[in-house]
Amino acid sequence: MSDAAASKPGFWTSLANPTRFMGLSASMLPWLWAIAGVLTIGGLAWAWNAPQDYQQGVTVRIMYIHVPAAWLAMFAYAVMAASALGTLIWRHPLADVSIRAAAPIGAAFTLICLITGSLWGRPMWGTWWVWDARLTSVFVLMLMYLGIIALQRAMDDPAKAARPVAILVLVGSVNIPIIKFSVDIWNTLHQPASVIRFDGPTIHPTMLWPLLVTAIGFMGLFAAMHMLAMRNEIRRRRAAALRRAGARGPSAAPATAVLEG
Amino acid sequence: MIALILRDVKLGVRAGGGALIGILFYLAVVTVAPFAMGPDLNLLARIGPAILWTGALLASLLGLERLFQIDHEDGALDLLVIARHETPLALTVFAKCVAHWLVTGLPLVLVTPLLGLLLNMDATAIGATALTLLVGTPAITFIGAAGAAVAVSLPRGGLLVSVIILPFTIPVLIFGVMATLGAVETFAPFLQPFTFLAALTLFFAVLGPFAAALALKGLQD
Repeated sequence: MSDAAASKPGFWTSLANPTRFMGLSASMLPWLWAIAGVLTIGGLAWAWNAPQDYQQGVTVRIMYIHVPAAWLAMFAYAVMAASALGTLIWRHPLADVSIRAAAPIGAAFTLICLITGSLWGRPMWGTWWVWDARLTSVFVLMLMYLGIIALQRAMDDPAKAARPVAILVLVGSVNIPIIKFSVDIWNTLHQPASVIRFDGPTIHPTMLWPLLVTAIGFMGLFAAMHMLAMRNEIRRRRAAALRRAGARGPSAAPATAVLEG
Repeated sequence: MIALILRDVKLGVRAGGGALIGILFYLAVVTVAPFAMGPDLNLLARIGPAILWTGALLASLLGLERLFQIDHEDGALDLLVIARHETPLALTVFAKCVAHWLVTGLPLVLVTPLLGLLLNMDATAIGATALTLLVGTPAITFIGAAGAAVAVSLPRGGLLVSVIILPFTIPVLIFGVMATLGAVETFAPFLQPFTFLAALTLFFAVLGPFAAALALKGLQD
């Protein structure tokens, strides 16, 4: 490593110092919550005033929660996959914290997506659940989130769990493109993509804009919750380290406990 | 590498009878199915391939834990990891997977015709199921190696391996049953799902050993 690179670390490298991350996240968090709250509530209120579908009636409004939740379920996994790369390649200490914080949130969004989808499917398709390609692949995503959480819980030492979990996350990321394109490859009951496609969205602007605003609001919600969970995880690790130091004897424990960064 | 395969096959056959347990489990799952669904022979003949595939999948998952566990306990695994500068670790894992499949996967394929007869399946269906199992079960072993390597240092990793590997094996199951259906029924295609199944096996044969090697390397430090 050259002197120039050593003297001027990049943005991501400087975040490896947990204290700096805690300071930055503490100042960013209120803004994130505000953006997320305004956009989510505003988007949902706008969606409630958007025109009803001529066939589906009022049930089309389930879409404004279902579709952003589905995007976020995949986005959370993408964040985890990027963090897994960070763990394996650069051994970034916060990357593992990020995976650990993102997994339950991603699982929650996947669950919201599955539940709202099945509530929407009941009046539209006449059934709560079908074993169609999209539904099955999202269900598999849910199982994968749960498997990752189970693996994290199975190991006591988070430093030891970091690499196996990162490998599992990366292997599982094979599933994400399958989910994304499942509706285009297998033409089944779930409708094909209508917002993100090459020839532009096929959904009417009066419905598209509230949907996009809600989606960005959900994205902010994810970012805020993710950051909060990361801060909690860092505090949890500090507390565990202090407890270990305390168990070694009073002389080993630091004189002042530093839980806040 | 050949020596490693031979050693693992010998150990698998002799020590503890791991292969036999897999077959017995397969037999148990398949015999439980008629009790659960009633002894209607026509129904059994129709869903027979699905029962055989589910049984083989569960039996393969059951045995995965043994892939690295014994070597980890007696320290041989550490030697294999240390020797990675002579033989790449992914290649070692690949050899171990091949040996593991020869001991646990191949017997499942071999007893499939017998169980097919019990389920009143005709010759084409039995042949197709055995063929798709022959092509598909290596995929389960290869991807399972990644899970087994991740969980090898855990005290009770056996069930966890099955849980985290199960999502990855679902595509294998889908294409395997689809190809079997295609061989039996005239309206469904056979070659397309079958080549997908073969592609999955080849893909996992690369991905699984690499991921497992990465996990085993992480075990050392």
